[in-house]
Amino acid sequence: MHKIIEKEILSENVIKLVIESKSISVARRAGQFVIVKIGEKGERIPLTIADADAEKGTITLIVQRVGVSSHKLSLLDKGDSVTDLVGPLGRATEIEKVGTVIAAGGGVGIAPLYPIAKALKEAGNRLITVLAARNRSLIILEKEMGVFADEVVVMTDDGSYGRKGLVTHGIEEVIQREKVDLCVAIGPAIMMKFVSLLTQKHNIHTIASLNTIMVDGTGMCGACRISVGGQTKFVCVDGPEFDAHKVDFDEMLKRLNAYKEAEQTAYSEYLKTLK
Amino acid sequence: MPADYKELKKDREQSWREELRKKLNAKERTKIERIKMPERPPQVRNKDFNEVPRGLSPEQARGEACRCLDCPTPTCISGCPVNINIPGFIKEIERGDFLQAAVVLKKTNALPAICGRVCPQESQCESQCIYTRMQKRPVAIGALERFSADFERVSGKISVPQIAASNHIKVAVVGSGPAGLTVAGEMAKWGYDVTLFEALHEYGGVLVYGIPEFRLPKEIVRTEISILEKMGVHFVKNFIVGKSATFEDLKKEGFKAFFIASGAGLPTFMKIPGENLINVYSSNEYLTRVNLMKAFRFPEYDTPIIRGKNVAVIGGGNTAMDSVRTSLRLGAKRAMIIYRRSENEMPARIEEIHHAKEEGVEFFTLNNPLEYYGDANGRVTQVKVQKMELGDPDESGRRKPKPMVGSEYIIDVDTVVVGIGTSPNPLIPQALPQLEVTKWKTVVVNEKTMQTSIPGIFAGGDIVRGGATVILAMGDGKVAADNMHKYLQGQ
Repeated sequence: MHKIIEKEILSENVIKLVIESKSISVARRAGQFVIVKIGEKGERIPLTIADADAEKGTITLIVQRVGVSSHKLSLLDKGDSVTDLVGPLGRATEIEKVGTVIAAGGGVGIAPLYPIAKALKEAGNRLITVLAARNRSLIILEKEMGVFADEVVVMTDDGSYGRKGLVTHGIEEVIQREKVDLCVAIGPAIMMKFVSLLTQKHNIHTIASLNTIMVDGTGMCGACRISVGGQTKFVCVDGPEFDAHKVDFDEMLKRLNAYKEAEQTAYSEYLKTLK
Repeated sequence: MPADYKELKKDREQSWREELRKKLNAKERTKIERIKMPERPPQVRNKDFNEVPRGLSPEQARGEACRCLDCPTPTCISGCPVNINIPGFIKEIERGDFLQAAVVLKKTNALPAICGRVCPQESQCESQCIYTRMQKRPVAIGALERFSADFERVSGKISVPQIAASNHIKVAVVGSGPAGLTVAGEMAKWGYDVTLFEALHEYGGVLVYGIPEFRLPKEIVRTEISILEKMGVHFVKNFIVGKSATFEDLKKEGFKAFFIASGAGLPTFMKIPGENLINVYSSNEYLTRVNLMKAFRFPEYDTPIIRGKNVAVIGGGNTAMDSVRTSLRLGAKRAMIIYRRSENEMPARIEEIHHAKEEGVEFFTLNNPLEYYGDANGRVTQVKVQKMELGDPDESGRRKPKPMVGSEYIIDVDTVVVGIGTSPNPLIPQALPQLEVTKWKTVVVNEKTMQTSIPGIFAGGDIVRGGATVILAMGDGKVAADNMHKYLQGQ
């Protein structure tokens, strides 16, 4: 069991949990994820590690409520424990000095982007972060990114904060203005797809961190498989990061909907039990 | 490991065994018909996950035990990868000492309740039984093994092996499947301080995520784990050696030797068009969702599964049979096996093929899938298959299937499960770059010692074999434990 040391509500549906796990806090590298399971009847869900403190022996997870499992996790309080936690899983981000880097995060995808952006800055890159969400309340970690980023661009769909527009608008402005050597995009699959299409046009190498359905997270089941450059890859052991220009996002978007109906019904039933 | 025939002879010469042999002569014994294991009716059992065979009653077991001729040279033992003293335990059953039968079994096999259920006896011990040379059906060794182990378990008098005084030497076992459990048990007996690391949230490996409840009730696996706990083995779950901590980290914590039994954890796909459509599963995923995550009880349990009506399972092994029978229990109207060779070449246990047929599974043998088609949402709707014919034997000795040109046709499906095999899990080789692996990514070992290319690191089971059986994994574990013990004592 892993105790929750700290809990913070970042927005209506987004929470931050600091969880005890000495071994993961020491072993993890930027870009890696964990699998979490709540309760005996719980589901195994992958969550990218947003931050870690090896000295305190803790990791930080940022969770958006989208279904039963994430909702259950969001209801845990400080002092409660996570039933099962395993990691770090997946390959770590390859951090190199390449020049100027755009780190683009969409919604809760800003959380896993944070450690990668930080590591890229520490490696000596010029770092511009583009943070995007539907509205102001969903923009997270802006201040934290500002500590090390050379520039933080904020975009909201409704213009309630930062500039009005999509993440791609923010990225395009940077591309128009200066030479960009690498783009890292993390967020909803549809957002990563459009970032990828944009950077492909400008011939900028782009890395996307994929959040597919997983069961074991160790290569055993293949639920997370996607097509990259026409070859089937497993996000859990071959990824989670891939060359975005080679990823078949349309296939991935479909696969993400594999259980949509059943999950939505289960979620509305679950929400009724909470009232 | 060769059997100790001197020991067996001494055992056989005990006076009670001699007397028992005299009770019935060979002619009388061979006249007895082989017992048929009672089973739940196919149309009842294919709707739930409860176990299919009911097990033998004490009377049935004693009757079957009488068939065994207690041969002076028991050839059956040579067919057993762990050399169980087969006549030894069967004669205990015949004389009615069922608990002692379990003790004899456990001298060489730590998991008899499991092996009695999942071993392919027809190609192992039972294939070597003297009866087969008389053109008669062999003694039902598997059913008797299961009987003794079950009798002991429900008696509440389950025996815990004797443990040598602790030598305080720490050893790590990576993976809690059959190979890992065997090594943990053996090393604990000799007084080692054993820690068993498991990546998943439950112990048992393939015994819990792969083999369905209707073939191996999980309660049996939990009992075996609890015995190891009583023997002092430490269990650590949700821990991936090589990821959660490196081998170096563990060496610093005092571990002196390792046994890697991380299993064949990477499903093989056929690389044909449409394989990434939704509702196309690997058998690993399909079975893990149902067995480990209890998806058949969704939404009570949080993990969902597609309950297909027309399900095609690709493959002819035990995993394919487990998958297709699971699909029936999830409500399939049509459950199909598509296999490119003929039934004779199927690697599955005969009993499983038989069970599947009884439960209503359709067999499309000498058929090979070429492509899957889907709807606008990316869900599979059809499979294109091609008929095959058998040609000359290939390197596996089985006749090689050849496609019949122009024989392609379409089957409507809404779920596909690909159960054509697995390749080794890549996590361990990734974590130990200096570890020698084959071109199939299995770990290279010295077959006599099961030691890898790195001294002090042993390996066994599917990570070495690429995809085999529970009992072969346990056999590897035996050899590895013996040699790990020698290695550590030589230091």
